[in-house]
Amino acid sequence: MVPRAETAHWLAASVALFLGLVLLAEVIVGPDVFRRRRWRAYLWPALAFGSSVGLWVIAVFSTFSTLHLLAHAVWAQAALLAGAAQLAAVRGKLRGALPSLAVAAGLLVSGIAFLVHEQNPWLYSRSAFLHHTIGWTLVAASLFPFGQALRPRRLVWSAGFALTWVVLAVLLYADRDAAPIFGRFGELGGP
Amino acid sequence: MPDPGRARRRRLRSGGPAGETVRGHWVSSEIATTISERAARRRSPATRRQLRGLAVQLLGPLTMLAGVVWAAVQPYRVAFLYPEGKGAYDYLVQPPLLVVLVGLVFALAIAPGLVEDLEGGEHGSPR
Repeated sequence: MVPRAETAHWLAASVALFLGLVLLAEVIVGPDVFRRRRWRAYLWPALAFGSSVGLWVIAVFSTFSTLHLLAHAVWAQAALLAGAAQLAAVRGKLRGALPSLAVAAGLLVSGIAFLVHEQNPWLYSRSAFLHHTIGWTLVAASLFPFGQALRPRRLVWSAGFALTWVVLAVLLYADRDAAPIFGRFGELGGP
Repeated sequence: MPDPGRARRRRLRSGGPAGETVRGHWVSSEIATTISERAARRRSPATRRQLRGLAVQLLGPLTMLAGVVWAAVQPYRVAFLYPEGKGAYDYLVQPPLLVVLVGLVFALAIAPGLVEDLEGGEHGSPR
């Protein structure tokens, strides 16, 4: 039995929230203390990599629409690349701005995929509203890793990146398969 | 008319003592320590470490609190409280309880080690 879309979104929200907390903790204690235990350095790349596997599974089951299948495949691929780049950075095989730029590209492409695959306007339903909101949030948030690539030591970039995942979690938790937004529900539902 | 603040500003620019002569007496406007000195002392490395440790320790409980508040505000999102017509996935994935679970995992698996490493100081050995 395949779970409902909202169920998968809430699970994704939990992963995003945990990742946000981990990244916030890294911002608070600083990267030197955070990476004192090796496994913690691998946490965020491994979560990104693992999420990509989960997204590929969802892509396999999202066959009800070609657009959804493509969108989930794009997110899976973006998470895979970002996770791989971060893993390579932790292993010391990739240095400089490239790992952060890979994450920035992943967020940007993911945000665009959210915006492109939502066919309805903002206030059509809660799902449509959240697709637009998440899309623009990710597009804007791609500035944080981009800033990290240019100025790695500026706290604003790492804090903004961490909070992005918390915001994403809140938005994903708010998702329902069928629910109104600001009292409106589709063109037939009325205000 | 001479500007009384001018001499004081000149002294401040030159790094001299901040003050002025009032009715023949030298009046200093300097306090015992400057604000920046006090702020620096207040945020000594040990204090900063303690504050950071506290912040990390609070992340998990605050997340759990958010989940509990959410469950109280929207109890119908907890399948245990509204079991009618609910399936297996509804029991496995209940958003407010997931939030509590995430906070719990962070508080038990991540925060203690971070606080321990933080208290170990800046020059602790990697593990």
